[in-house]
Amino acid sequence: MRRASADSRLSRTQLALAHVAILGVVFVVWYGLTTPGLVSEAYANKIAFFFGRPLQVVRVVFDWFTTGKIYPHLAITLWETVLAFAAGSVLGLAVGLWLALTPTASAIAEPYITAMNAMPRVILAPIFAVWFGLGVLSKVALGVTLVFFIVFFNVYQGVKEVSPVVLANARMLGASRRQLLRSIYLPSATSWVFSSLHTSVGMAFVGAVVGEYLGSAKGVGYLILQAEGVFDINTVIGGIFVLTVFALLLDFVVTRIERRLLVWRPRTAETEAL
Amino acid sequence: MTAQNVAVAAADAKTAALAFERVTCAFAGKTPGERYTAVADTSLVVEAGQFVSVVGPTGCGKSTLLNVAAGLLAPSSGQALVDGKPLAGINTRAGYMFQTEALMPWRNALDNVTAGLEFRGVARADAVRRAHEWLARVGLAGFENRYPHQLSGGMRKRVSLAQMLILDPEILLMDEPFSALDIQTRQLMENELLDLWSADRKSVLFITHDLEEAISLSDRVVVLSAGPATHPIGEFTIDLPRPRDVAEIRMLPRFVELHEAIWHVLKSEVLKGYAQGKR
Repeated sequence: MRRASADSRLSRTQLALAHVAILGVVFVVWYGLTTPGLVSEAYANKIAFFFGRPLQVVRVVFDWFTTGKIYPHLAITLWETVLAFAAGSVLGLAVGLWLALTPTASAIAEPYITAMNAMPRVILAPIFAVWFGLGVLSKVALGVTLVFFIVFFNVYQGVKEVSPVVLANARMLGASRRQLLRSIYLPSATSWVFSSLHTSVGMAFVGAVVGEYLGSAKGVGYLILQAEGVFDINTVIGGIFVLTVFALLLDFVVTRIERRLLVWRPRTAETEAL
Repeated sequence: MTAQNVAVAAADAKTAALAFERVTCAFAGKTPGERYTAVADTSLVVEAGQFVSVVGPTGCGKSTLLNVAAGLLAPSSGQALVDGKPLAGINTRAGYMFQTEALMPWRNALDNVTAGLEFRGVARADAVRRAHEWLARVGLAGFENRYPHQLSGGMRKRVSLAQMLILDPEILLMDEPFSALDIQTRQLMENELLDLWSADRKSVLFITHDLEEAISLSDRVVVLSAGPATHPIGEFTIDLPRPRDVAEIRMLPRFVELHEAIWHVLKSEVLKGYAQGKR
């Protein structure tokens, strides 16, 4: 982040101002087009039907947080995201390591892996609803199918790209097969998993929300689904805002974790802070 | 190499720290039936406590020979002997220093140096203590927590050196270890290597394409022919006094003499290798 702002011509404050200004303009235009005055009342109502009214959206979100109504839903969505991410990562790591280290198995599984990856997996949601019901499990299952492939391909790549010299060196230092797996393949593979952390956490979140939207009894996706059923566009947009902010927070946390875990990785043009 | 020399080498092989007996390494080519012979019928002996350098034109199969000695590569025919016994699998008595980066990038300097002890099941506290000692000995005290990318090329080589020497191997296999370093760092590292080596005289097989490096470090220099089918074409005893300073020793008349004599043998091979490279 430090690099990005150093490269751009704007100062940090100017940049922040520009960011806020864009948001302000969007809100003003939105407000102007949905309030009688600038446009006729009939038009304003028509636009408001499709896009909602900014003040009402703010009120919905405000009410959610002041009454605490949103918390159980957010907690469920977060819980589903975390479970899907964890299960998908572990599964992807295990299968990725296994297939990368046993060429025969990988040759046999290859067409199926390719086919499953090509399949639009969101469409599995109805099947998971039948299999696992409308609770947390069906959302986790959907999230897992999304996360698994990202992690799997990264691990597979990670193992294939282990430097042969590093490997030979470890063998000369006396590493057994098991120790090679633990000290060379696993760290190399996990580093690839961490570098795909943003994508896989995002996918776990998508799995959770889409799963909720397609059938559930709790979660932010469920709130949106309910509101849409009664054409309450303000609540739908409010839900979208909450999800967006939530996703940003998640991303922020992931960035922090990534920095901690990948300290050994060279960053481009990194200079040491004195 | 004459028939008589081969016989001598074979006789020595039983007592030497490391010996190659008529080693041939052939690799399958791209098309079936096509074959590339990297090393052909090579016999070579490293006596215990001797520093032997192997020089040859680039791409002549020097590294192949070293991989055979390390047990990383099984020869197509012939065998490597360690203390007179045929080598099977990884050579556990040898330490290997690679030409390119071999450190684990996800481990800091300290954990890279402890790796070998860790694989052997040495207790962590003991391993850490010994790694601190070795890092200090190669001049890297205070750099324990740096990751390889935070170290300079010369420092990484020092970590590699400590990583290898902490296991106290009887044989050191070194594959152009300093070729990626600038000339000043390189001479410093060469002197340090000689210091460390003279402390307990391990057997060293040192591969290089730099003749001056070979002469200034070694007891013996073996010249390899250009590839394919590389084999030794000359052997020279380096009778320069020790201890040596690699920068100063180059000024001695005897050094120049030896350099001339070896270069005379090496030159035509270098030209051959160059011509092949151009084709």
